Amino acid sequence: MAYTPAMLESIARVDASRQARLSATFPRMTPQERDDVLRRFHPDYITAAMREIRLGGCKGDRAPLELAEVLEAPPQLDPETFTLQEGDLDTDVLIVGGGGAGASAALLAAQGGASVLVVTKLRFGDANTMMAQGGIQAADQPNDSPVTHYLDVMGGGHFSNDPDLVEALVTDAPSVILWLEQLGVMFDKRPDGSMSTIHGGGTSRKRMHSARDYSGAEIMRVLRDEVRSHPESIRVLEFNPAVELLTDGQGRVTGAVLLDLETREYKVVSARAVILTTGGGGRLHYQGFPTTNHYGATADGIVLAYRVGGKLAFLHTMQYHPTGVAFPEQIVGQLVTEKVRGLGAQVCNVQGEQFVFPLETRDVEAASFIRECKDRKRGVETPTGQPGVWLDSPMINLIHGPGTIEKELPAMVRQFKGFDIDIVRQPMLVYPTLHYQNGGIRIRPDGSTGVDGLFVAGEAAGGIHGSNRLMGNSLLDITVFGRRAGAAAAAYAVGQEAGALTLAHLREWNRERAALGLTEGRPAPILLPDYTRHIRAVRKEPLVPVV
Amino acid sequence: MGGEGTAVDVDTIPVYVMGQRVEVPPSLTVLRALEYAGYTLTRGAGCRAGFCGACATVYRLKGDPHLYFALACQTVVRPEMYLAQIPFFPSRRADYRIEEMAAVPGTLFTLYPELLRCLACGTCSKACPQGIDVRGYMAAAMRGDIAAVADASFDCIACGLCSARCPVEETQYNVALLARRLYGRYMAKRSEHLAERVREIESGAFRQGLAELRALDEAGLTSRYNARDIEA
Repeated sequence: MAYTPAMLESIARVDASRQARLSATFPRMTPQERDDVLRRFHPDYITAAMREIRLGGCKGDRAPLELAEVLEAPPQLDPETFTLQEGDLDTDVLIVGGGGAGASAALLAAQGGASVLVVTKLRFGDANTMMAQGGIQAADQPNDSPVTHYLDVMGGGHFSNDPDLVEALVTDAPSVILWLEQLGVMFDKRPDGSMSTIHGGGTSRKRMHSARDYSGAEIMRVLRDEVRSHPESIRVLEFNPAVELLTDGQGRVTGAVLLDLETREYKVVSARAVILTTGGGGRLHYQGFPTTNHYGATADGIVLAYRVGGKLAFLHTMQYHPTGVAFPEQIVGQLVTEKVRGLGAQVCNVQGEQFVFPLETRDVEAASFIRECKDRKRGVETPTGQPGVWLDSPMINLIHGPGTIEKELPAMVRQFKGFDIDIVRQPMLVYPTLHYQNGGIRIRPDGSTGVDGLFVAGEAAGGIHGSNRLMGNSLLDITVFGRRAGAAAAAYAVGQEAGALTLAHLREWNRERAALGLTEGRPAPILLPDYTRHIRAVRKEPLVPVV
Repeated sequence: MGGEGTAVDVDTIPVYVMGQRVEVPPSLTVLRALEYAGYTLTRGAGCRAGFCGACATVYRLKGDPHLYFALACQTVVRPEMYLAQIPFFPSRRADYRIEEMAAVPGTLFTLYPELLRCLACGTCSKACPQGIDVRGYMAAAMRGDIAAVADASFDCIACGLCSARCPVEETQYNVALLARRLYGRYMAKRSEHLAERVREIESGAFRQGLAELRALDEAGLTSRYNARDIEA
């Protein structure tokens, strides 16, 4: 698993150029150069990988082929035969998804006096939040301000972001950091107690707060533990993803149908308000890319919301994280945190030469890596044919002193060490990997969607980041909008009468599909990707007939 | 198409999944090998990248008396590996409200009195797939040294293998989680600039600056963005 002789030869060139590179970082691109590399090399610009959505409220919008397919898919439940009783479970606020947004929403909804039920597909906390390594942005340093943060977010998103959402994001950011710290999150600090912050791609101030390179894990485990401290108001039901929302037949969302993944039984939940915090869809593997996302990231939330009339935004833009692992093969596509570049590591081609400023925005950085490999043919090729460029991690200890990598990047050191690569002494081979859904369900600053009773927060929401999110604004967005949606949903829900539970919207959906001649298709949400290799026929029915 | 990567090897090796022999390519991780062998995972798989602790795995190797511990997503299969996943283990979590506590030495063993039964046998450390010195932080916990527990346990992913192996029924990772929360809330030095910035925002200090930016059209905003000064 250690590097091949050809790769070691290239690494020798990276080693040879390191001393000179320490004092000369490749310059930033001009706005024109950024625009050019994006248009020519970013996957979002490959028109053959996109198509128009043929039905629903955003008919005509473009989305990746794989996403358009699940958006147009038939539902899992048949509205003509599925029986809806009173509801097996009753709650003021139902939260679908147990990542950082869901946990934040649960805490604020409970604070707002609501009874809360959190349902999760896998375990509570099995979410992209847990995997976020680099950090969380907040303009809390004296030389920074929410105004500067606002400008960075808008520019990073190519000025297409929803300004109301960006204002909420940057204005809430410092108070969210304080809230997390009050809950017990251990942020990296300087000896005097001030926050130890660094740059991320596209930031004009050092405002990236971190917790070593377990930033998301630290936030998630604290939020999860806090939720578990409130069993009187928050129930958690694991392995029970939502497969459909319920409406009262007049457009208001009144609950959901869950599928218990272990007993294979459906459960009906009656809720005064529903918050979707289902995360993104990296496991749909757009354009065949590997992904950094967790196992359950299958775009369920946007499928569910779309069928009840939720509006979608920016679905044609995905974030390809520039530094996915390109070698060893076993962990291809997994995340190498942007913190590595934030700490000073540069990027080099097969010749050991820099070719891009290390902290361009993620879309520009990723497009530059693709150009270096595909167009300029100066990438490194692995034995499986996977291209990559070098991320020169050994620079970090030269810049900040011995031991920095081990202290700041323990997860990265551990992961590569498991495959006999020592990132303290050797660079990492990286290539863009599918990381994040920039778009999603359109929300207002309070997480509401325009559909009565339906709220959304986290990666499932769209508009905050425009067409490109900056590093550190996702851990921020899940907490900011998770909290806002939780509070707003509780205010909406408490005191509401329970609504009728119907699948009327599915009748409409099925009619629209039939009118377009769409009779086939794999039902969605798909819940989990299919990675199982079957070489023989598989029996789908239960072994014992249900009596 | 991509996805989770395909096996590049033609040859296969035998491994045993809960006693059943299956043939899998030697380049695969344990997680991918299970899927290659026809298993569909619901339990026992989460982030698939070493951060969530869902895929805790115990194995033996043929002819080797030792027991080994690993994360299925970060470990490559070896010939004659005898595998079992431990996707869940019952744990004890004390009832507490972090805002009602004090970061004093007694807090840990008041809430987790079983802490004092620790034998310092080190079985937990041997079982940790993260290579954490669990015995060391448990010793610190017995001394009531919250800061040391918080620091030494930081990379814990709560897979539960330490607890599964403990002869005196500790739930080490929950003790560690409590220590970290106590440290983060009560012991870490406050950030004055953070509290100050929150006060400024509450007093509306940035409303005008934001309104000014929001009043600009795209060309105006673009030129402000391109001209912004960037901290070195």
